[in-house]
Amino acid sequence: MTQMTRTSNPPLTTPITGGVGESPLRPDGALKVRGEFAYSSDLWADNMLWGVTLRTPHPYARIRSIDVGPALALPGVYAALTHEDVPGQNAYGLEHIDQPVLAVDVVRYQGEAVAIVAADHPETARRAAAAIVVDYEVLEPVDNAETAIFGEGVPKLHEGGNLVRYVPILFGDQDATAEVVVSGTYEVGMQDQAFLGPESGMAVPAEDGGVDLYVATQWLHVDQQQIAPALNLPQDKVRITLAGVGGAFGAREDLSMQVHACMLALHTNKPVKMVYTREESFFGHVHRHPAVMHYEHGADRDGKLVYVRAKMFLDGGAYASSTGAVVANAATLGVGPYNVPNVKIEGWGAYTNNPPCGAMRGFGAVQACFAYESQMDKLAEAIGVDPVEIRLRNALSEGSVMPTGQLVDSAAPVRELMERVRDKPMPPARTSEVDIRTMPGGASNTTHGEGVVRGVGYGVGIKNICFSEGFDDYSTARVRLEVIGGEPVAMVHTAAVEVGQGLVTLQAQIARTELGVQRVTIQPADTSVGSAGSTSASRQSYVTGGAVQSACAAVRAEVFDLARERFGVSDLALEGGKVVSASRGVLADLSDVLGDRAVEHTREYRHRPSFPIDPLTGQGNAHVQYGFAAHRAVVDVDVDLGLVRVVELACAQDVGKAMNPDAVIGQIQGGSAQGLGLAVMEEIQLSGAKIRNPSFTDYLIPTILDMPPMTIDVLELADPNAPYGLRGVGEPPTISSTPAIVAAIRDATKLALKRIPVRPEHITGT
Amino acid sequence: MDFIRPTSLAEALRAKAEVPEAVPIAGGTDVMVELNFDRRRPPALLDLNAVGEIAKWSEVDGRIRLGAAVPYVRVIDELGDRLPGLAMAARTVGSPQIRNRGTVGGNLAAASPAGDSHPPLLASDAVVEVASVRGTRTIPITEFYLGVKRSALEPDELITAVLLPPADGPQQFSKVGTRNAMVIAVCSFAVALHPASGTVGTGLGSAAPTPRRAPEAEDYIAGELSALWQSPAPLADSVLRRFGELVGAAAQPIDDVRGSAAYRRHALAVLARRTLGWAWHDYCEGRVTACA
Repeated sequence: MTQMTRTSNPPLTTPITGGVGESPLRPDGALKVRGEFAYSSDLWADNMLWGVTLRTPHPYARIRSIDVGPALALPGVYAALTHEDVPGQNAYGLEHIDQPVLAVDVVRYQGEAVAIVAADHPETARRAAAAIVVDYEVLEPVDNAETAIFGEGVPKLHEGGNLVRYVPILFGDQDATAEVVVSGTYEVGMQDQAFLGPESGMAVPAEDGGVDLYVATQWLHVDQQQIAPALNLPQDKVRITLAGVGGAFGAREDLSMQVHACMLALHTNKPVKMVYTREESFFGHVHRHPAVMHYEHGADRDGKLVYVRAKMFLDGGAYASSTGAVVANAATLGVGPYNVPNVKIEGWGAYTNNPPCGAMRGFGAVQACFAYESQMDKLAEAIGVDPVEIRLRNALSEGSVMPTGQLVDSAAPVRELMERVRDKPMPPARTSEVDIRTMPGGASNTTHGEGVVRGVGYGVGIKNICFSEGFDDYSTARVRLEVIGGEPVAMVHTAAVEVGQGLVTLQAQIARTELGVQRVTIQPADTSVGSAGSTSASRQSYVTGGAVQSACAAVRAEVFDLARERFGVSDLALEGGKVVSASRGVLADLSDVLGDRAVEHTREYRHRPSFPIDPLTGQGNAHVQYGFAAHRAVVDVDVDLGLVRVVELACAQDVGKAMNPDAVIGQIQGGSAQGLGLAVMEEIQLSGAKIRNPSFTDYLIPTILDMPPMTIDVLELADPNAPYGLRGVGEPPTISSTPAIVAAIRDATKLALKRIPVRPEHITGT
Repeated sequence: MDFIRPTSLAEALRAKAEVPEAVPIAGGTDVMVELNFDRRRPPALLDLNAVGEIAKWSEVDGRIRLGAAVPYVRVIDELGDRLPGLAMAARTVGSPQIRNRGTVGGNLAAASPAGDSHPPLLASDAVVEVASVRGTRTIPITEFYLGVKRSALEPDELITAVLLPPADGPQQFSKVGTRNAMVIAVCSFAVALHPASGTVGTGLGSAAPTPRRAPEAEDYIAGELSALWQSPAPLADSVLRRFGELVGAAAQPIDDVRGSAAYRRHALAVLARRTLGWAWHDYCEGRVTACA
């Protein structure tokens, strides 16, 4: 008899070890690779119902009437609800409470929720939703951001008009002139986060009249704050537990099905599950703001910047979401990582009838970076120096002052990052041996070398890490240390959301390092512990990492008190499960010192404060920390067909401290790929405010044949203000890869290319 | 919705005769998308995966008889030498998972102008074999496509096979998509050289309401090559370009979310020029293209 053994994968019970600075196995890694991880769409309860949303097909229309009768007439249907059934406030929103849970008398974008249905089978629910009769008076949509704000006779989509936020940044001499002037208008199309796990979750009615919600989201407590008023429940009766998240990238910051599922569950007194279809998902979350940006750069004959002036219009779509903060980012970071003595930037965020836009990785900095980096290349050409040189001559550094007047008070190695990507060996030239998978067009066999021209381009970007403009941005961690089965075990409980980035792994690493234990249990994230803030703005390692570190420190201090009492020494440390004295060596096993005590502490961690910017001048210490990354892109372009193959991406990024080096590399690769997508293929195409390509058939994201090998340099220049000196990692690589790739395509084609994504037609001119 | 799973062709044909609205399904590449997107709710699915007769290929009277339910991966692995153009097209279909299940028969049944199989079938003068309880008939490929997603198949008929001659000369297939794998064709083109008859076959995809040939281009290039088959020599760039122009002119494309009509016409001319160049080069070198 042979015994079956599995040798290819470590068993799930393999103990994971490794502290800060190591790259331990992810506890969720094997499950995800095997397809066994439970995502929010896998939730199940006996007797549960399926919820479905009826969405408007019209971008802008008045609702004359809604008749849910035909839906309720179908067997198996338990509820069909409209705005009249919203128990509390029929409005929510991240910055402005401007979005109805269910539309009342007007719909402002294609796909806005009008009614919800619960039935005993998803197909029944879908048919029931389709049977609801809505009488619309269809109106002409407003589909242009600039027109929405400045056009005459344009309907006001919201009471206060169509301006969500105006942000001016005025710095230095507003009348400065320069010898060399370059200008351009740049456009960014609407990118989607394209997470793979659609919006989903399950609401379970509770005996106390409240509701338990299991959902894939990015910030449990901000969901709770918005859901409770809509349900007319106190916050403590809306308990939220994180379900398995299949990617986020900003798209789960806003509510999707949360209130709807809770309404249906409370109405039917049954668990209700909702899972959006892929097509519905394109209507179910916010996207990246499309932007039109007019830029003018003035420089002296040596290419030193004298001034930057810009006007940028960001299309927020039908509801505000986080448009205000996105505009502030675009404006405050609008000159890029450069020293510019005189700046005038104006940013506008508009309401239109386009799909709502909000958070997406890079958050305003992406759009601006495409424009200012395009301008830097144009300036280099005007001056007659190479693209790296123009960036070196203007590079921001520690001690520089931003256009907001904020001092850059920690490492800003823009020069070194640029030099590093410049000095990487170039990938080898193409040989006569053709492997079509490495050619533009790839597997489709479009060229064997004909028409293929190589180009090289550079990009460098800047991103604010953590929430800005005075936001009380904190996280909470509860850490408990006790002996279980004879071994000291740390339990870490936060509400911080793991979206795939590796935060669960990192929290355990921190606990191991701080408490000298091997076994760490991470409790499920839920609202029974204080807020962790959002998994966004590249902030969780910083803020929740800081909270776990300080809760561990509090636990450790109490253990030290116990040890001091017992051993009479105070030069203590926790290492390898032992209590150690610097002078006397190992004193005791930690489990002996703990005995049957459980030492538990909860700590909130706040990064240093940021401050609002002056609404008239844009001056102020708005940001907490800056992150930087630089890319060099090498591309092959088939200039006859307009097809692009990115041959190589080199990236250099400062991360302060690589908390988990493998995860850092993963973030840089993934972020660079998302930037590649924006450069050459990813766009939600709109026509009359309607989405033309709501599917992964026609919304294309890069495949393995589109994403090239990368060479990555990770710098660790500690930020003294941050836990472990770390600098947020997730967003910077998304920001600079796009302009680097477009610059490389320009280098190959000698075309101006003012719009992203670059389409084949832009290159062929047909 | 009923699910019918016949285990023989005769049983499948009886089922199709009884329920003509039943939608045949093999790999489900197109059918499942329509069901999942709720664009189609047929009364029944007719699962052909247990019908052994249509899941194999053979050589019959000098022609390859490719069963309708043979998946793309087998076309690539087993027929790359004899049907290189079709194998090259098969290699561009979707992802490996889709190529494991998707079939040429399904591509024909869907009759989408973007189907990858169509251009090489056109270029090789394929014949579609269809059957019903009334009997079996064959339809020349040029008469098979009637309109966007419409074919000459009668409601009670099933596609059983496609018949096509093994390559007698080099063949090529090329398609444009806006990423480097897993794309639906923005446009596509196939060319097959037939030295024995001194002709050249073409096929255009995503270029008109139906897949189609470019007869003027075929006539033009046959004329240019007539003196060269016996003593091969490189083609002048002007000849390749003229061929490309005529292929572009044969297209009747539209503007849509995947590309503009002008771009499609332009790209077809480029693809035609290049693929003919590769095929002719292979002919000059004495090679018959094999699908790598």
